Amino acid sequence: MEINSITNGIVIDHLRAGSGLKVLDYLNIDTELGSVALIMNVTSKKHGKKDIIKLENLESVDINVLGLIDHNATVIHIKNEKIINKTKLSLPEKVTNVIMCKNPRCITSIEAVPNIFRLADSSGKYRCEYCDNFERIHKP
Amino acid sequence: MNLKGRNLISPLDLTVQEMEELFGLAERIIAKPQDYSEVCKGMMLATLFYEPSTRTRLSFEAAMLRLGGQVIGFSEPGSSSVSKGESIADTIQTIASYADIAVMRHPKEGAAFVAARRAGIPIINAGDGGHFHPTQTLTDLLTIRLEKKDFAGITIGLCGDLKFGRTVHSLMCAFARYSGVKFVLISPDELRVPEYVLDEINEFEEVRDLRDALPKLDVLYMTRVQRERFFNEEDYIRLKDSYILNASKMKKAKPDLMVLHPLPRVNEISTDVDNDPRAFYFRQTKNGMYVRMALLMALLGKEI
Repeated sequence: MEINSITNGIVIDHLRAGSGLKVLDYLNIDTELGSVALIMNVTSKKHGKKDIIKLENLESVDINVLGLIDHNATVIHIKNEKIINKTKLSLPEKVTNVIMCKNPRCITSIEAVPNIFRLADSSGKYRCEYCDNFERIHKP
Repeated sequence: MNLKGRNLISPLDLTVQEMEELFGLAERIIAKPQDYSEVCKGMMLATLFYEPSTRTRLSFEAAMLRLGGQVIGFSEPGSSSVSKGESIADTIQTIASYADIAVMRHPKEGAAFVAARRAGIPIINAGDGGHFHPTQTLTDLLTIRLEKKDFAGITIGLCGDLKFGRTVHSLMCAFARYSGVKFVLISPDELRVPEYVLDEINEFEEVRDLRDALPKLDVLYMTRVQRERFFNEEDYIRLKDSYILNASKMKKAKPDLMVLHPLPRVNEISTDVDNDPRAFYFRQTKNGMYVRMALLMALLGKEI
């Protein structure tokens, strides 16, 4: 399968095979602003199979949240068909409305406030900003 | 000390030095309360109690009135627009246009934090669910300080419901920042201290039986083990007496032990302990008013 390269935008490579749809869902992209390609089950020398996402003219997408879903992925920024930056993902320090607090006594269960979690340690433990409840993010 | 305009939501909002300065001010108020009778004249405190309270609400009201200020508020949500479904954010923005400072108790954890972000006036957390109760902690620490003079080397036992006890969580987080303080955590497995609190403390041991722990304690902080917290009746019946302090158990304790309790008490401290000179739980309540006077003054920038 052949997918054309992009001129300006972001390529999210080395996504775990099958996770691409979930990643797109988390990114919540406004597709009126640019083009999106999701390529699933591509053969990879390193990982056997992988997914790839290409975002044309969508440089402003917040990719920090990706660290929660697949922190082994690589994010490649492209300008004028050239790679200008290649970064490995890491667990984000703060996430908003991605992790939902499971503590039934937390104020987020009744008040219209964003669910905010902050990274508590490098193992993927996140702390609710309101009630201090911990939620653990499974490392893929 | 410059606490003017700040909030007190978590016990970690104050540094050790700021707490020490508040205790110092509270002690000066205790020594000469008449000198402070007009320092908050013209200022207004709003008390927003979404949950029942006797001591905390009345001690805040008494504190503000003794500083020469005034008090407005509600003591149950049914008598306010909260019963119509008004959000905390909306309520607090309204109250903030009337009052200079507000104190809030709410059954949900993080409620005071939400209020503080929207208020524009200092917010004091007077208890949010099973989370924190930082002004009870100031009361507890002032009481210990007045008696022991120094916190170094103190072994404190916390007994009962350590999972849902907001006074326990606050006290542990604040006390752990003093060096040389050791914790003995006495509770059934079902009611152990939550992880977010354990993360804040260094030296501790967890035990099941009050009797075994009692002889090594300098301070014993009692809380109630509620029947409804247990998953089964058998466990409750098996464990309930382990967490009741009585005169017989007190024979095993040090002669200078301090017994504290945030109150209200139900049956976890037998009345035969009340006349023991080591029982400090009723003396605690007056300290609560004085330390709240100090806190109100500091957050309103009225220190003298």
